[in-house]
Amino acid sequence: MLDAIFGRLTWDSIILVQAVENPNINTIITASAAAMMPVGGVMIVALLTWMKWWKPLFEWLTSVDHKKIGTMYIIFAVIMLFRGVVEGMLMRANQAVGLDGGFLSSNHFNQLFTTHGTNMIFFVAMPFLFGLINIVVPLQIGARDVAFPRLNQISLGLTAAGGFLFMISLMVGEFSTGGWTGYPSFTGRLVNPGVGPDYYILAIAISGIGSTLTGVNFSVTIYKLRTAGMSFMRMPLFTWTALCTSILLIFAMPPLTACCAMLGLDRFLGFHFFTNDMGGNLMNFINLFWMFGHPEVYILVLPAFGVMSEIASTYSGKRLYGYTSIVAATMCIAVLSFTVWLHHFFTMGQSATVNAAFGVATLLIAIPTGVKIYDWLATLWGGRIRFTAPMIYLCGFFVLFTIGGLSGVVLASPTLDYQLHNSQFLVAHFHNVIIPGVLFGILAGIHIWFPKIYGFRLVEGLSRITAFLWAIGFILAFMPLYQTGLMGMTRRTVAYEDPALVPWMVVSGIGSLILGLAFLFILLTILVSVLNRKKLMVPFGDPWDGRSLEWATPAPTPEWNFAVLPKVECRDAFADAKAKGTAYQPIGKYDDIEMPANTYYGFIIMVMASGLGFGLVWHMWWLAIASLLGAIATAITYAFMPQKQYIIPAAEVREIDEAWRRAAREGTGVTRDDECKEANKGLAIPATITNP
Amino acid sequence: MIDPSTNLAIAESFLQPMGPVAADQLRHLKIVTLLTLIAVVPVMVSMPWILWRYRRSKPTGEYRPNWESNRILECLMWGVPIAVVALIGVNLAIMTFRLDPYKEMGKDPLQVQAIGLDWKWIFIYPKEGVALVDELVVPEGRAVELTLTTDTVMQSLQISAIVGQIYAMPAMTTKLNFLAVKQGEAKGMNSQFTGKEFWKQKFQVYSVSKEEYAARMKKAQSSDLALTADTYAILAMQGTSEEAKKPLAIENRQGPIEMVLGDPKIFQRVLARYMVDDMTPESQPGSPSYDPKKSPLPMVSYKPMMGMEM
Repeated sequence: MLDAIFGRLTWDSIILVQAVENPNINTIITASAAAMMPVGGVMIVALLTWMKWWKPLFEWLTSVDHKKIGTMYIIFAVIMLFRGVVEGMLMRANQAVGLDGGFLSSNHFNQLFTTHGTNMIFFVAMPFLFGLINIVVPLQIGARDVAFPRLNQISLGLTAAGGFLFMISLMVGEFSTGGWTGYPSFTGRLVNPGVGPDYYILAIAISGIGSTLTGVNFSVTIYKLRTAGMSFMRMPLFTWTALCTSILLIFAMPPLTACCAMLGLDRFLGFHFFTNDMGGNLMNFINLFWMFGHPEVYILVLPAFGVMSEIASTYSGKRLYGYTSIVAATMCIAVLSFTVWLHHFFTMGQSATVNAAFGVATLLIAIPTGVKIYDWLATLWGGRIRFTAPMIYLCGFFVLFTIGGLSGVVLASPTLDYQLHNSQFLVAHFHNVIIPGVLFGILAGIHIWFPKIYGFRLVEGLSRITAFLWAIGFILAFMPLYQTGLMGMTRRTVAYEDPALVPWMVVSGIGSLILGLAFLFILLTILVSVLNRKKLMVPFGDPWDGRSLEWATPAPTPEWNFAVLPKVECRDAFADAKAKGTAYQPIGKYDDIEMPANTYYGFIIMVMASGLGFGLVWHMWWLAIASLLGAIATAITYAFMPQKQYIIPAAEVREIDEAWRRAAREGTGVTRDDECKEANKGLAIPATITNP
Repeated sequence: MIDPSTNLAIAESFLQPMGPVAADQLRHLKIVTLLTLIAVVPVMVSMPWILWRYRRSKPTGEYRPNWESNRILECLMWGVPIAVVALIGVNLAIMTFRLDPYKEMGKDPLQVQAIGLDWKWIFIYPKEGVALVDELVVPEGRAVELTLTTDTVMQSLQISAIVGQIYAMPAMTTKLNFLAVKQGEAKGMNSQFTGKEFWKQKFQVYSVSKEEYAARMKKAQSSDLALTADTYAILAMQGTSEEAKKPLAIENRQGPIEMVLGDPKIFQRVLARYMVDDMTPESQPGSPSYDPKKSPLPMVSYKPMMGMEM
């Protein structure tokens, strides 16, 4: 009877119980991590009750506003980033003392690198970018929301459900030890019968479906909801990269879902897709996984490139150099990203012809990427460069990402891959493109668009320190790994035998401490900014002398985004309007605005998906079946209920909008000299007028 | 490229090459890096200069807010990366074909079979009738053809100082051809993560003179231990080669395990087990409930599939 209810979940599966029964450094570390969740949960519940925040909380959770959904993605990602950074620091610390065995057990370390990778890719980088895309894209194309607001909520719900499974594995049971790539037969039923690989499969498959839906949603949004006059070649670069990422998501996520489903069938029902015996072939998993995995790299980095484009032109007060070139290069990268996946397994035994073809294809990606970097440099040429936090990220990106590109070209060579595959050189390479590429882009993006959504800037000094800490921490933590890789050290190794590696590992460990500090500085920056928000207010909405449409709205942006949908006649529409003096001019006619109403759809789907995943992992079949049926019933029910709308009367919109426009026309604004001072209320005197 | 006079302790990586493949790889690494620098250096040099010249606080260059295109610059921006990639691409293709691990490095290469297990390697010398665990002895100057498989999860056999790595996968064979041109000791390992004691899965590679090689083989041929289906099943239990000594009842013996090849078809039988049997948790090496007594190797004579000749 108990088996039917609890499946294979027993008292001993709970990590805290393990720590009590068998206390050692490994169980204590996991147990303290596990304990943070119930403790944190109780504190949050107490806070919500004390502050009477339950109602606002549910207003957020049921909201379909793209800005709120974007914010929730980012909050989720920050929480997960905390876990990811701590895991990284633990691993680096272990390796710093890892000569002939560190302080962590092998099993613990193996879970750490698996969760670290899975987490950073699926639950940090992707939600961060989805958050930014959600917040920025509708504003940049002059839309009131995304094409399918309810679907957007479901995407978030599925991502959160994947995150729930991932986090609950910290408290109950264990996570996979098979690396974020989860290759069978190591993750197969025979070799790993435990719950770990099941958590892995279900967490990434469920959140993966959410990502596919995000791709659909944003490609339709960008194709269909662009405002009048916003032709493709007038779109801001961030929107372009968001479009490419959305297309990549649609084509790249299904192979992941498929290979997870197939591995699931192997594990749950004894199929033989990837087993050693009965005609199964693990190479198919690797093939499918990287058919997703390689485009995934560009799913992550393209929006970051978009942010870099915005930084280069906005913070040097000039037009983007080579817009057409950059758009073409972005599209090239998007297409080429599907032609190179085999370079993740050059050493699998295929012929030299195949390897050479994929090696050259990989090199080709270096061309458009190089072009983009040159274009951004040329954008700075002839500008008036302001060294605020985003520019620091951009400069760090120039130097460090280029080094990452160099090591990428090295790894693209099959000949060298026979040596460097699976080595620390590879670990150094992908951190070298993901931290200075993706993470710098995300952090800079948050700095830029934060005031747009919340109405106040982030404090500049702390933001700059944060940027430097990330750069220094990255250099110390990962540059040594290039060397250790060349010296023959493999990845995923809990310990090593060569004493010559020790000094490099110690430096790397120190670097990881700085990265931890850098993470704390993100929180500190936000905290100090919130406390000083009165001084940092930018109600006019244009704190950086912005160029695209999102800056042509007040800050915080009202829920309807644009009182009247703008018309666009050129690139950099808002910069153009400011230069011509047509910005903030009165609008004659206001109409009623219809906005989608709040719904519980996404929230219910999130609960059901979590239940389905948890039920499957622990073989609680009743829970899995009930959740699945519940999810289907929810979908059918909502399909018959038209999306509710609510009307914001024209008079109300007019009152708010006219007051803002009048104040902006009458206000004096600030030059870029005062950009980071209290005087910056978000009204810019255009650089074209004031610059020397 | 390789100076035979230098005396190495243990060659850990291809930075101290012991054979032509590793030497070529090291040279290729340098060439690729230098060629790529053609595209990288302009970024590194021009960035600080541009930042200085156009800093808002004290600019020295003219402000051109609407400048957005220049035909010559555009040609350079696309042209330089294309040229660099073309150069590297040609180089890459040539080297890929030249250093194809399937290409024999000399006439009549020494045949060695490798079976990857958790967490050890068995090296079988079919002609010599010898099997060594976690030790690969090759005569200096003679080409070697290593044929690999595993009897657990996927592994990757790597000998950095001589050749690099290739995956080994259950039910399949892969090949690694190499040649050591100087005597010495190199580190070999599995570089593909395989679980708990993965980090201990290292082995020694000795490149020795012909005489020494013959002596080593002779010593192994006189071993009282034989590699048969029974002893193989014991070796297949999870653990390092040191840990395997106890169940083999040789725990007091120093040095690597040396065996006579009791069953010359053992490699083929390991491959064949995945073709004829439905593996169970008890019969699959690497599974937590693996039981050597319940893991028989099939007796069928295995006919290799096309392209998988022994």
